[in-house]
Amino acid sequence: MSNSFLIILGIITPLFAALFSYVCRYNNNLRDSFGIIGGLITFVISLKIFHGIQNNEVYQITFFTLFDGVDFAFKVSALGSIFSLVASSLWILASIYTIGYMRGAGEKNQTRFVIFYSIAIHAALAIAWSGNLLVLFIFYEILTFSTFPLVGHKQNAESQSAGRLYLSILVGTSLIFFLPAIFWIWLKTGTLDFQDGGILMNKFPAEYLSFLIAMLVFGIGKAAIMPIHRWLPAAMVAPTPVSALLHAVAVVKAGVFSFLVVVVYIVGPDFLLQTKSSDWLVWLACFTIMASSIIAITKDDLKARLAYSTISQLSYIILGAALASSLALKGASFHIITHALGKITLFFCAGAIYVTAHIKKVSDLKGMGYKLPLIFFAYTLGALSIIGVPPFIGSWSKFYLIMGSIEREFIIVSIILGISSLLNIYYLLQPVVIGFTQNSKKEIKLIKAPLTVWPPLITGLGCLVFFFYANYFLNNISGVIVN
Amino acid sequence: MFDIFLDDAPALVVVLPLLISAIIAFMPSKIWPWIFSIITLLLHLFLSLHLLKEISVSGLIIYEFGNWEPPWGISFKIDGVNIGLQLLFSIFVLVSTFYSRKIFLNEIDYRDSGKAYSLWLLAVGSLNGIILTNDIFNLFVFLEISALASISLIALGAGQNRKALLAAFNYLIIGAIGATFYVIGVGFAYAMTGTLNMNDLVIQLAQYSDGQLAIFAGMSFMLIGLMVKAAIFPVHIWLPPAYSYAPSAVSTLLAALATKTILYFFVRLLYEVFIIYPSYLSLFLDFVLYPLSLLAIFIGTVIAIYQDDIKKLLAFSSIAQIGYITLAFSLKDHSGVASGFVHIFNHALIKGGLFMAVGYFAILYKDRVTLNSLKGFGYKYPITSFALLICGLSLIGLPLTNGFISKLYLFQALYTNQMYFSIALVAVSSALAVVYFWKIVEQMWFSEIKFKSEKEDAYIYLPIWIVTISIIVFGIYSTPIIEFSNLSADYLISGYQN
Repeated sequence: MSNSFLIILGIITPLFAALFSYVCRYNNNLRDSFGIIGGLITFVISLKIFHGIQNNEVYQITFFTLFDGVDFAFKVSALGSIFSLVASSLWILASIYTIGYMRGAGEKNQTRFVIFYSIAIHAALAIAWSGNLLVLFIFYEILTFSTFPLVGHKQNAESQSAGRLYLSILVGTSLIFFLPAIFWIWLKTGTLDFQDGGILMNKFPAEYLSFLIAMLVFGIGKAAIMPIHRWLPAAMVAPTPVSALLHAVAVVKAGVFSFLVVVVYIVGPDFLLQTKSSDWLVWLACFTIMASSIIAITKDDLKARLAYSTISQLSYIILGAALASSLALKGASFHIITHALGKITLFFCAGAIYVTAHIKKVSDLKGMGYKLPLIFFAYTLGALSIIGVPPFIGSWSKFYLIMGSIEREFIIVSIILGISSLLNIYYLLQPVVIGFTQNSKKEIKLIKAPLTVWPPLITGLGCLVFFFYANYFLNNISGVIVN
Repeated sequence: MFDIFLDDAPALVVVLPLLISAIIAFMPSKIWPWIFSIITLLLHLFLSLHLLKEISVSGLIIYEFGNWEPPWGISFKIDGVNIGLQLLFSIFVLVSTFYSRKIFLNEIDYRDSGKAYSLWLLAVGSLNGIILTNDIFNLFVFLEISALASISLIALGAGQNRKALLAAFNYLIIGAIGATFYVIGVGFAYAMTGTLNMNDLVIQLAQYSDGQLAIFAGMSFMLIGLMVKAAIFPVHIWLPPAYSYAPSAVSTLLAALATKTILYFFVRLLYEVFIIYPSYLSLFLDFVLYPLSLLAIFIGTVIAIYQDDIKKLLAFSSIAQIGYITLAFSLKDHSGVASGFVHIFNHALIKGGLFMAVGYFAILYKDRVTLNSLKGFGYKYPITSFALLICGLSLIGLPLTNGFISKLYLFQALYTNQMYFSIALVAVSSALAVVYFWKIVEQMWFSEIKFKSEKEDAYIYLPIWIVTISIIVFGIYSTPIIEFSNLSADYLISGYQN
């Protein structure tokens, strides 16, 4: 199979999954199976591309020219191969989980849900493999619009206002900041293609670079840096499979991925290091990390707590990109994988607890650990990985980030990262502690939903196992960093 | 024998619709006036294509009526500036006439069909005259014919809603004031120069190179008159009621083409004639047109957000979009004028498509379309709704639609002129456009009410989809629009640099 055909197949498979789900909308089992099948196909393709990138193969395809110097083209970068691997592999598990969750919770409109879920994955994969910034932007917007029906799924007043907030922040910031920034880059350089080492060096006035960085980081609202983070907690009204795959993996990772791509392939780390234009962003990212960790502590709703934890973790990646040193970029890229694995586990568990016991609040978890041991086991694995305890995969990315901050001589940043880990321990492990120490007096009727239990167990164990295979991923990541 | 027709093609594109309109006015049938119109407009399209062929060879056609030489007789001029617009006009009129039949049958008494199409062709012929004429007084004549035809067409909406009469009356009064201003200006110019021909006017005006108060007064009168007619911001008040209470087919035609043709003449007058007084021109552009455009963009968008009536919402969005066009025209350089023309083309398609879709909804709902009445339409009428969605996304300016191309070139033009504030304002207002458009989408697809899908009329959704597909095609393959716009700008701006 030729390389360009592989890209097309990978991108349209989710669309076909959506189409077949619609065609088979009257047969629930068949309809839901297409998510799993699509996931398997895209996963195999992503894995093949991932290995191909390791062997210096080129995956690209150009369809047509949009305007001078900008084609509608796809080209897989090293960074993109990582993101697509994460998104497609977790899509399989999330599809299985979706079946258990949606039926267990008795949600309506399941067909619409499955369809837009697949379209969102399609957009995420296209973002991962986009060949230039404009194609990335197109699918960035498609991702926003396709997740809107998922956020507003319940169609009550609360989800409607959350959906509006979600859409207005994400589309608003992208049109006000991101798109003009893209135009600016195009007017200065005449191209938007991703190239190793960036395209701005010697073409873009260095004194305006901080301003461009600001337009990009605030324009890419999906990266959820403060103060553009409100949409993420609001989006938690969606059913948990959405929170798990999209608002812990596909959507938010698409945001930080876009920013990383801009830093690595458009601006170029060397140019950033020379001009130090992103140093201010380091402090904003640190602020976001600390502030959202503190807010997370105050949240009693488990999903809201996880959402703020996500905001804090995303800023790790922004921080790594802003530091722009090779170790920091390595850490930031790797954090896409490690955080995805850890956080999807936590969300899977939160949803599983909701389906089986109808508990949403942390304080209501008393004694649940004895009743739902597997779920709590998986949760603990995921939490430990995010905290960064060896031997869990999360420890690697944190390690590289701290090394990166020391490399750039931002000692305070490494201290902040340490404090943030302590806060993580508190707010992520508190549910486990409550679950196992205090005994509940209430009798709670449990509903069996086995399909919601196995996916978090798999991802949780993945956090443990992949610690020992970190080099497998790091090989590709080293390709990202050129300087 | 055929050649005789082709030689007179510049006159025929205007005269043919006017002639046929007189013939069909008294036809009692409800189908024959439409068939006659379609045949006329097919011929019209053929003649336009012939003109395009001629222009690509010769570059300029001056058509003298009755062989009277220009300074004395009336002449039409076809060159790179208006050939693109002529083609767009011809094609869009054909598509919207095709669309109009079922709409008219639902919205007006079938016995009025002949009158309606008579007025329709009258409007088409006179608007086309505005595109082609090279004579400032002849323009006034066409302005008046088109205004009277449009007003009568708007008043036909009275069968649906009596407010249409008031809207038509408003348009009549305000339009008449605008026309009066314009003709006073023409009077001043004629008194000073003794000519009405635009090319001759340039030569005659050159003798007053130090400037004369009477000429400046005349120019100002003409410009303000045209601003009223083109609905440029503070003098736009006739437009929203007129567009929203007119029969749906009529609002489609007017929204897509009526203001565009006048905007075209406006910019032609500015850059071809008034250019010989550069200080006056830059005074007008920098201190009148530019700030008014910014206000139009911002205020039009904000008012649109608060509209409940969909047609009014679209009309106020038109005010903002006209603001984009005049903003581009106020830039005084090639990139600005070109991007203005790009948006004239693209916005004609976008607004035409939107009004077509909403017009169809009005018939299906059998009442005025408000936000509330659209509930669940996305499921009930999926084909038309999907077209509306694409047109709306193009209005916002998302990539792969032609609205994006407009925005791209507008940004580029503003950037080369270092107007960073305007860039920010355009960016913010396109983000605000999401707000009003998404209110519609939310009602159509995400309301509690659910419907089974119902059958839609292919005679209506076919033209809607032709427009929608052209929106996507020109979003991906934008070369034709860009070429025509650059051609227009080449012709106009070369005068500026001399």
